[in-house]
Amino acid sequence: MIEMNTIYKSLVEIVDEEYVSNRKEDLYIYSQDPGMMEPHEPEYVVMPRTTEEVEKIAKLANDKKIPIVPVGGSLSLSGLVIPHHGGIVVDLKRMDQVLEVNEKSRYVIIEAGVTTGKLKAYLEKNHPDLRFSIPDAPPSATVVGNIVIHGQGRLTQQYGFNSDMVTGLEVVLPTGEVCKIGSGSVSPYWFSLAPLPDLAGLFLGWFGTTGIITKLGLKLYPKKKIRDIEVFVVEDPNLVPDVINRVTHTEMAEDIFIGAQPYPPVFKDIIMIGMLLTGDSEDEIEFKRKMIWDALRIHIDSKEGGFMMMTPSIKQDLLEMPTSSTTRFADVMKGGGFEYCGPIIPVEKFPEAFQKLLEITTKYGITYGNACRIIGRSHCMMFSFGYPFNRADPENVERTKSALHDTNVASLDIGGVPWKPEVPAQKMIMEKMDKNTLELMNRIKKVLDPNGIMNPGNWEVE
Amino acid sequence: MKRGKLMFELKFDEEKCLACPTFDCLVKCLYMDIDRDIAKTEMKKIISGEDSFVLHQCTTCYSCEEYCERGNHPFYLITDLQEKKGILPMPKPLKTQFINIPVPTRRDIPQFWAAEEPVISLCIFPEYINVINESKLFEELSIIIGRYFFCQLMYLHSGNPSLIRERLPGIIENIAKHNFKEVIFFHDECYSTFTSYTDAYGIKVPFKPIHFFTYLYNKLKERKEEIKPLNKKVAYQRNCSARLTPDREHLIDDIFELIGVERVERKFDRKNALCCGGVIRGQQKYDLFRDVQKKNVEDMVDVGAEYCVFNCPACFDSLSENVSKKDIKPIMMHDLCLLALGEKTARK
Ligand SMILES: Cc1cc2nc3c(=O)[nH]c(=O)nc-3n(C[C@H](O)[C@H](O)[C@H](O)COP(=O)(O)OP(=O)(O)OC[C@H]3O[C@@H](n4cnc5c(N)ncnc54)[C@H](O)[C@@H]3O)c2cc1C
Ligand code: SF4
Ligand code: SF4
Ligand code: SF4
Repeated sequence: MIEMNTIYKSLVEIVDEEYVSNRKEDLYIYSQDPGMMEPHEPEYVVMPRTTEEVEKIAKLANDKKIPIVPVGGSLSLSGLVIPHHGGIVVDLKRMDQVLEVNEKSRYVIIEAGVTTGKLKAYLEKNHPDLRFSIPDAPPSATVVGNIVIHGQGRLTQQYGFNSDMVTGLEVVLPTGEVCKIGSGSVSPYWFSLAPLPDLAGLFLGWFGTTGIITKLGLKLYPKKKIRDIEVFVVEDPNLVPDVINRVTHTEMAEDIFIGAQPYPPVFKDIIMIGMLLTGDSEDEIEFKRKMIWDALRIHIDSKEGGFMMMTPSIKQDLLEMPTSSTTRFADVMKGGGFEYCGPIIPVEKFPEAFQKLLEITTKYGITYGNACRIIGRSHCMMFSFGYPFNRADPENVERTKSALHDTNVASLDIGGVPWKPEVPAQKMIMEKMDKNTLELMNRIKKVLDPNGIMNPGNWEVE
Repeated sequence: MKRGKLMFELKFDEEKCLACPTFDCLVKCLYMDIDRDIAKTEMKKIISGEDSFVLHQCTTCYSCEEYCERGNHPFYLITDLQEKKGILPMPKPLKTQFINIPVPTRRDIPQFWAAEEPVISLCIFPEYINVINESKLFEELSIIIGRYFFCQLMYLHSGNPSLIRERLPGIIENIAKHNFKEVIFFHDECYSTFTSYTDAYGIKVPFKPIHFFTYLYNKLKERKEEIKPLNKKVAYQRNCSARLTPDREHLIDDIFELIGVERVERKFDRKNALCCGGVIRGQQKYDLFRDVQKKNVEDMVDVGAEYCVFNCPACFDSLSENVSKKDIKPIMMHDLCLLALGEKTARK
């Protein structure tokens, strides 16, 4: 108790009373996320405003050997922000400043708590010709949280995972040192990670187990004036990889996603492949559209595929950025439960993954929404098995849990890797992982976090 | 399942074709270059159930139904033969979407207990509920709406017209349950179904279908003194289902006269009207789609049209952006009438 009081006091000294809490109601909020993982309460929640404060918190935690869990928008859904071993939740939302935009070298430097919604609005207002790869998560998701889990966004088909767009980081190590990574460690300009040794990899995909990112340099991209969309539909999942191959070959689409859902009836029994077209003029859009139509002529002529007829409202829904329909779908069962397992898979594995999705949802009698995103020029794809569930219905929760387990097994079986995996799925991955790779991961973690205080439970070998 | 297909046979008089002096059905087709000799050969093939290029190239614009002035049903015959031969005017997945769209969901209401005559069927266009409920012009109308009342005629576009005959008796039953003597149909696709299509296949309709424009015209006449002539030049965009009931076409001119607009004479109007393009795009004929829309809109521009007036909500969706870009205002017919009465309109 005395120890707890001293920690509380130390935290108050670091950030002010207003931004520390050990009140039951606050701890309850931070004990869970919308997904399937069991809740677990932290002992403290703290909201730092500056890197120096984060540095002090890390030093304190390391000193006292208390777990710290960095938290952004808590929307990654797979329990990655649940403090499985208690400790201090470091909520970064107060660190919400856009620090610099370099228009000519097209990058932005932001603090860790900047949300996707804020960055979007900021750019629209101040730099209307620039944009970033926004994910379809609710706008309260943080850009850094998204990068940490190797998120994907609206420019991912062109430029890869959102984490491939990082130009620099400022990180507080578990032992409290502050480190800059990328050109920013040598120069005032945060333009790129290269040509230095790529240390960003020590923090991306690690779910906060290796340090707390306090600042992020991120690539920005030209924002075209006009946006339009085409949706190609097929019934046979076996055709999807070829359709993707042909469209990506044209390099004319900005974003490519795949969607399948049993409801409403207009979407039943079909698979939709959406292609965002952007341009600075109608002619540019028309040229791109024509290229894509021509590329898919073979499937049109066979009558197996065709471009969907869209009402303006469907079109508007699909053009929205981020799409609110995903968020609406997430609560289709009411009761506030949603989890999706989105393994990253080779594109040619789409038919197998789709088959698994149908098998699993039929087996457990649950509904689904499938939304995939092509990553790179068909270099791989995120295949989501999205399961909305009703948290108030324990039976529904159990079935969804089992479905999620089966999904993780299936994802690995077909040669994919679960994305933003929850702890049990992390274990499955690590079991399958090359042993030396696993050992390397362990060594890195030990070096960076000798006391094992960072988001414990994650990427952890027993 | 098969019952519908067996029960209802198309009334088609081959003799009329054999003695036909014009072969207008195909000669006048705007999407195929067919002279009389070719038309004669191809019609013969179609009548005897043989393959013809017409079956493959048809845009399903419905027009030949109107071009035939001898009361035959060339278009229905074409669509039946397309199905028999498995010729798909649209890709399979789009056909699947067509099949699924009108399957009632939990949101659909099977019976409107409170609906009283005069009653209007809004088909599956909820976006017009407000205008019907809120404007003085329609204040007396009750509404029935939703998938239980959907006319199903769109399978003429997707190569499976037998589904119309399979589902239609059920739809008719759903409406008949209400015991209405007359039903006004907002969309003329529905009106055409319960008149032209049911007649052609001998399907009984136990209520009297009223074309929306008949109702609109009568109502406007009652309130003639309140109308402020709009003095605008308008282009009219005919839709495909209007081809099935050409006897209602005069109402467009009658209404225009009442509200004081000039239907500008243009190349692609009346019998020579072009499709909005929506279905052609759905058929994946992209170049033709662009060409048809371009010609159509340029034609409106050339004659100085200020408004483009629609009857069909789907045509509106398909063409409105293009006409707007040329500074022609797209508007639904009822909204144009409301403008003339100084009432609030539903769509801009
Ligand atoms: C409806 C819906 C749609 C979605 N669509 C997409 C999509 O299209 N693309 C996509 O990529 N994702 C999507 N997501 C998933 C997720 O919401 C996003 O990826 C989101 O950006 C994650 O950010 P967050 O702030 O919520 O992260 P959090 O959940 O708060 O954190 C994620 C992980 O990062 C760690 N972390 C957070 N901040 C830091 C930091 N500063 N330093 C170190 N570690 C940190 C946390 O400990 C945790 O392990 C979607 C989610 C929902 C609910
Ligand atoms: S369908 Fe009509 S227009 Fe065509 S050939 Fe027969 S009678 Fe003549
Ligand atoms: S429906 Fe139209 S395209 Fe087809 S044959 Fe008749 S007039 Fe020609
Ligand atoms: S949208 Fe217009 S053109 Fe298309 S089916 Fe309906 S009435 Fe015909």
